Amino acid sequence: MEWFSTFYETYGDLLIKGTLDSLYMTSISTLLAYVFGIPLGVLVVLTAQNGLHPNKAVNTILGWIINIGRSIPFIILLFAIIPFTRLVAGTSLGVKGAIVPLVVTAVPFVARMVEQSLADIDAGLVEAGQSFGANTWQIVYKVYLKESLPSIIRGAAITFISLFGYVAMAGCVGAGGLGDIAIRYGYQRYKPDVMVVAVILCVVLVQLVQTIGDFIARKVDKRVVR
Amino acid sequence: MIQIERLNKSFGSADNIHHVLHDIDLTINDGDVFGIIGSSGAGKSTLVRCINLLERPTSGKIIIDGKDVTNYKGKDLLDLRESIGMIFQNFSLFQQRSVLKNVTFPLEVNGKKMSKSERLERAHELLKLVELDDKIKQYPSQLSGGQQQRVAIARALVSKPKIMLCDEATSALDTKTTASILDLLGSINRELGVTMVMITHSLAVAQRVCNRIAVIDDGRIVEEGTTAQVFGNPQSPITKELLRNDNLTTMSQTGDESDNSSLPEQA
Repeated sequence: MEWFSTFYETYGDLLIKGTLDSLYMTSISTLLAYVFGIPLGVLVVLTAQNGLHPNKAVNTILGWIINIGRSIPFIILLFAIIPFTRLVAGTSLGVKGAIVPLVVTAVPFVARMVEQSLADIDAGLVEAGQSFGANTWQIVYKVYLKESLPSIIRGAAITFISLFGYVAMAGCVGAGGLGDIAIRYGYQRYKPDVMVVAVILCVVLVQLVQTIGDFIARKVDKRVVR
Repeated sequence: MIQIERLNKSFGSADNIHHVLHDIDLTINDGDVFGIIGSSGAGKSTLVRCINLLERPTSGKIIIDGKDVTNYKGKDLLDLRESIGMIFQNFSLFQQRSVLKNVTFPLEVNGKKMSKSERLERAHELLKLVELDDKIKQYPSQLSGGQQQRVAIARALVSKPKIMLCDEATSALDTKTTASILDLLGSINRELGVTMVMITHSLAVAQRVCNRIAVIDDGRIVEEGTTAQVFGNPQSPITKELLRNDNLTTMSQTGDESDNSSLPEQA
C-alpha cells in the first residue's frame, strides 16, 4: 500500500496524462480515419464489377492506392511523410504531429473494413432498394450504411485498438501516451514498475474499448439471434 | 398494359456471350395475374427484372401503358420503378428497420414530398391490409417467413403501384403459408386492381392464382395462354414435362412441415 502511494505520487500524473494523451490521439485519428475511410470504402463498393456504378479504372486505381497505403510500415510512414505532416498540422512533433500519420495509415485500413462490411450485406437488399426507386445516394445511406452499421461499429473498435498500438510507435516523434512512457521509463531508464503499470493500463483500455464496441454493436443490431 | 416486344438479353463480353432471353414477345393486360413459369435458369428472373429495368434489355422494347420505357434514365427511371412494386423470394426486408419503417421506405425515397406523419399513416393502412398492424414496432428477424412476406407485400403496395412483380414470392414458404400468401395476392389483384406478374417454378402456384400463363424455357416463350388452356391442353413438350413432374395436389394438402411460419390468425 505504501509502495502504491509513493508510486502514485511520483508517477501518477505522468501516467494519467499518458492515458489521456493515448486516448485523445487514438480517438481523433479513428474519427478522422472514418471521415475519409467511409467514402473511400463506399466508392470501392460502388465501382466494383457487381456494384451500382461499375468502373474498372476507378476501382483498380482505388485498390492500388489502398494497398500501397496498407503495405507501408507505420514506422517508415511516420518519418517519410514529415513534410506533409508539417503542411497539414503545422508541426511534425507532439500529439498534433502524430495524428496526421496515424490518420494516413488508418484510412486505407478503414476503407477495406468498410468495404468488407458493405459487401457482407445481402445483395437482395440493394436490389430491393433500387426496385422502389431509390437513387444511388439513398441506397448508400439507407441500405448499405444502415444495414451494415453493427458491422461498421465492430470495425471501428478494431481500428481504434490497432491505432492504439500505433500511438505507442508515434512516441518516437515525442507524441507522448502510454506506449511512449513504457519505452522511455521502462526501457531507457530501467524503471520496470512504470513500464508494467503502463502496459497494464494499455491492456485494460483495450479490453474496455472492445467491450464497449461489442456492446454498442449489439445494441444497434436489430437482428435477433434465434 | 405491359408490352414486351422482341426482347433479348445477353450477359458477358463479345468473346464469351451468354444469351439469357431470346426474342420474347408478351402482352400483359391490366388486371391480369400473369404467371411466368419455367425451371431454374430458364431466364424468368431476368425477364421480370427487365420490366422495371433492374436489368437493361440488350435489344427490344418494354412498353408500359403505351410509353416506351426501355431507355428511361435518371428521374424517369426512378419514377417508373416507384410505380412498379416488387416482392422477392427471400423477402429482402431491411433487417435494421422496423416493420413500419420497412413499409415507409418507398415513400421516403421517392421524389414526391410527403410528410412523415402522412408516410406513417399510409404505411399503417397497408399493414392493416396485410393483417400485421399489431407488429409495426417489431423487426423482420422477429417475424415468421409468412409474416415477412406480408410486410414485403405492404411495402410493395405503399406507393400505390399499378403493377406488382412477384419473384418466386412463395418459394421459401411452406405449403400452408404459400396458400395464404397467394390468396392475399389474389385479393389485392381483385380489390385494388393491381396487375401481377408472377414468376414461379411451381405449376401449383400458377394454377391457384394466375389467369394467364406463359411457359419459358431456355430463354424462349414456348407456350402462352389462359391457365385453363395451358393446364387443360398443354402444347409444348416442356409444359407437358413440367405438368408430369409437378404434383398439383400439393396446394390442397395442409402443410405438415414444421410450421415456423404460421400466420397470425393461426397462431
